[in-house]
Amino acid sequence: MAVKPGLIELPGRSGKSGSGVFAPEGTIFTTLDAVVNWCRKNSLWPMPFATACCGIELMAVGSSRFDIARFGAEVMRFSPRQCDLMIVAGRVVMKMMPVLQRIWLQMPEPKYAISMGACASSGGIFDTYAVVQGVDRFIPIDVYIPGCPPRPEQILRAVMDVQAKVQKGGSALGNLGLPELRRMEEQLVQIKPRAALPGVATERADESRYGYRLPGGESLVGRRDS
Amino acid sequence: MKTLKTPDKTLAELRKRLGEGVFTVSENLDNLRLHVPAAKLIDLLTALRNDFGFQLTELGGEDYLGYPGRSASRDRFEVHYILLNHDTAERLVVKTGVSDPDPTLPSVYSLWHGADWMEREVFDMYGIIFAGHPDLRRILMPEGFRSFPLRKDYPLRGRGERHNFSRLTREES
Repeated sequence: MAVKPGLIELPGRSGKSGSGVFAPEGTIFTTLDAVVNWCRKNSLWPMPFATACCGIELMAVGSSRFDIARFGAEVMRFSPRQCDLMIVAGRVVMKMMPVLQRIWLQMPEPKYAISMGACASSGGIFDTYAVVQGVDRFIPIDVYIPGCPPRPEQILRAVMDVQAKVQKGGSALGNLGLPELRRMEEQLVQIKPRAALPGVATERADESRYGYRLPGGESLVGRRDS
Repeated sequence: MKTLKTPDKTLAELRKRLGEGVFTVSENLDNLRLHVPAAKLIDLLTALRNDFGFQLTELGGEDYLGYPGRSASRDRFEVHYILLNHDTAERLVVKTGVSDPDPTLPSVYSLWHGADWMEREVFDMYGIIFAGHPDLRRILMPEGFRSFPLRKDYPLRGRGERHNFSRLTREES
């Protein structure tokens, strides 16, 4: 409620009118975090880590028909030092995994990652000795896009999801993550073992990804060693 | 005008050139295969390249462990060389067998430089060593990889090498 004409008031803590901050009409009150998040979310520069077929759909998103430039993300710099959104598009093999980790570490904060397609999210149909079954085993991922390959509209939807995540979870000083997920991240750090074992990891060849034997038997394409 | 030779003529001339008993012939689908022991491999391929005008199109390997209907006394691995004569449009497949303790074959790099990476791939996938190759190292798998993936006793999903990396969390990165 305006006390003086031409001014609006941001009410103070007590709630009494007249005890707050006055500003001319047309002023918007907000927080620094919200403004900074708004600026960041509307200019996410992607780092296209396109290894396979999903890279073609990523290029299509950059073209004029689907136009990721509407979201401020047409600047696909291939230097990770200048990007804040990494899009892992395509299957990642074990030879490429250290490269992916190095690129992720070279990106400055605040940074976000999208795992695009079935292969980056879970290994896709390539459950073989060379393909990593899900990039999220080794890199923190914010948004997953299912599909083989996902349509460009789905990629745009994922960019919008990342924008929502930036707006809710970022801060002026960096990326804190969504508030409801922060505690879960802390717990995850304690539960999962992080160091690589010196020889071979604890994974058996005849078990599925979650550790139980596949019902109905395995296909005969790979023999298990007895 | 280039005449198309029939394979029988080529085989007869080859036997005359090299002598009897160097290779045996078999057919599979539409492939004509010459089976040759490893000691005579380079002689046969040199004759085919220099005197008959064949060029190498493919070099690959097979693992016959557990193959139904194959006797255990035959070699476990075979390496095939698919040769094509561009003038007469003849295709031949030359197959050599090697066995498990210390599988070694002479390299055909001196005949065809294109065999360089193809032999590296056969080494990477099966473990067959090519003597005389200028730079025999892994080409598809990473350098520290210890197994030979296309052997039949190597499981499809691997032995855990694909997930042997450290996990980056948000705080560390």
